[in-house]
Amino acid sequence: MAKTANKQVICDVLLEAAKQDKDIVALCSDSRGSASFTSFADIYPEQFVEVGIAEQNLVSIAAGLARCGKKTYAVSPASFLSTRSYEQCKVDVAYSDTNVKLIGISGGVSYGALGMSHHSAQDIAAMASVPNMRVYLPSDQLQTRKLMQELLKDNKPAYIRVGRNAVEDIYQEGNIPFEMDKATVITEGNDVAIIACGEMVKPAIDAAAILKEKGVSTTVIDMYCIKPLDEETIIKAASNAKLIITVEEHSPFGGLGSMVSQVAGNHCPKKIITMALPDAPVISGTSKEVFDYYGLNGNGIAKKALENL
Amino acid sequence: MKDLAVLAYELREDVVDMIVEGGAGHIGGDMSVMEILTELYFDQMNISPQNMDDPKRDKFVMSKGHSVEAYYAVLARKGFFDIQEVIAQFSKFGSKYIGHPNNKLPGIEMNSGSLGHGLPVCVGMALAGKMDGQDYRVYTVMGDGELAEGSVWEGAMAAGHYKLDNLCAVVDRNRLQISGNTEEVMGHDDLHQRFHSFGWHVIDVEDGNDIGQLKEAFDTAKTIKEKPTVLIANTIKGKGSKVMEDKASWHHKVPKEEELEQIKKDLKEKKEALQNGKNS
Repeated sequence: MAKTANKQVICDVLLEAAKQDKDIVALCSDSRGSASFTSFADIYPEQFVEVGIAEQNLVSIAAGLARCGKKTYAVSPASFLSTRSYEQCKVDVAYSDTNVKLIGISGGVSYGALGMSHHSAQDIAAMASVPNMRVYLPSDQLQTRKLMQELLKDNKPAYIRVGRNAVEDIYQEGNIPFEMDKATVITEGNDVAIIACGEMVKPAIDAAAILKEKGVSTTVIDMYCIKPLDEETIIKAASNAKLIITVEEHSPFGGLGSMVSQVAGNHCPKKIITMALPDAPVISGTSKEVFDYYGLNGNGIAKKALENL
Repeated sequence: MKDLAVLAYELREDVVDMIVEGGAGHIGGDMSVMEILTELYFDQMNISPQNMDDPKRDKFVMSKGHSVEAYYAVLARKGFFDIQEVIAQFSKFGSKYIGHPNNKLPGIEMNSGSLGHGLPVCVGMALAGKMDGQDYRVYTVMGDGELAEGSVWEGAMAAGHYKLDNLCAVVDRNRLQISGNTEEVMGHDDLHQRFHSFGWHVIDVEDGNDIGQLKEAFDTAKTIKEKPTVLIANTIKGKGSKVMEDKASWHHKVPKEEELEQIKKDLKEKKEALQNGKNS
């Protein structure tokens, strides 16, 4: 199965778009290498702005460019972009309503052993609570491409978080079920609804396969659109299932689990198990080692489902 | 054209009315920044209600957003909105004329209020001008207390690095912030040297409440190439009335009745003195 890093696809989409549109501008904070944006900087130097290691400046400069008609993409590690520049994202981007797409690369625990300073486990909570800020966590390269193509068409703020590592495809080329701001329902079942985002979608699918062997039918939802949240799909899934499980690479507070619980609680209360990173600095290791340790994998999710059904 | 020094005093009178009616406002900084805004909007900048959709017009960000009352008075006089409406609605429930600049109002580019944002945003605007080969200029006004924000210096660094000679910043150097003298809170007396070190052309304006001196400085800034320019405009907080001048307690204050009477009297006298000086 193909494995591609979502950040690479973001650069590819922007390279293609920049050919036709000189107003597309990418900005990095000494992050072009880790963002896979070196090729963009090399091919379109006049549409690329390097701000150095200054994430607050990165976001404000992007907002100023946007106010003058540029379609800006501020690309920086999610940990710094979402919290170091939080006020600039809130005031200069969301509040001033500038066309800045904030691309948080190496999100979640992508930087594994580098420690909590480099992990972004608060970004969903932080960004989703800002009015006029949309939040997206695409799962694979194909969905990332579709999402970026849609975002190119609008002039509103958005925060997009992707991981550092190459990830397996969830969808197939030529058959990518994608509708903007609508979750993708990957499988449908009546026992458990697993709602996941970003890199947690693949383990959710793995869990559904394990559960199927045990006679449990599962709905798997790829909730790439955290905000605006696809409430209709959540309500439908919650109505049909006996149990809801949310899975996210994020703090247990204020992320996908909290938001799904809020919707389900308001409309169709059901038992909900929220699976997330702990409220603590995570254990050192690669993303996979960290996920496995905390049970954020197919077996871990299936186990939770069986324990709670 | 109306004498700009006189106009600055008329606008101060609007500000006082606004603050008294609204029951709130950063009056001290409004008074210190008034000649800077007047010279920018009525002489230097190519900004009007008629050309706001023109990408070639000049750009302005009010970084010291708390001086919004002065900004409203200037924008109203430029024709962006009605001053009587502003005075009646300022800071009231549901008002669009809130206590910091908001770009839902005509004439306002960016929302501000949180300090240290204006300069980096203007760096982006100036870069856009360079990318598009436009010759518009970008202006921002910062307070001196604001310069303690680290983001100001991130912006200053980038402006110097990118040699943004289409960018001009002004520091409203009134030497007072809410807690007292700026040099006691967080010193800036080496400001000239600091900006110079960041690659800026620095102009010290001895009297930043003097329209003629400001005009000369802004005119000079337009001739400086390969560098951004900063005007360190030495102003007087509360300028225009002995009730308020050079008093940190007037950073954010609504005049009481007897204070208001004196302030209005002082402003009127100064305005008339300027008018008479002009006519004689």
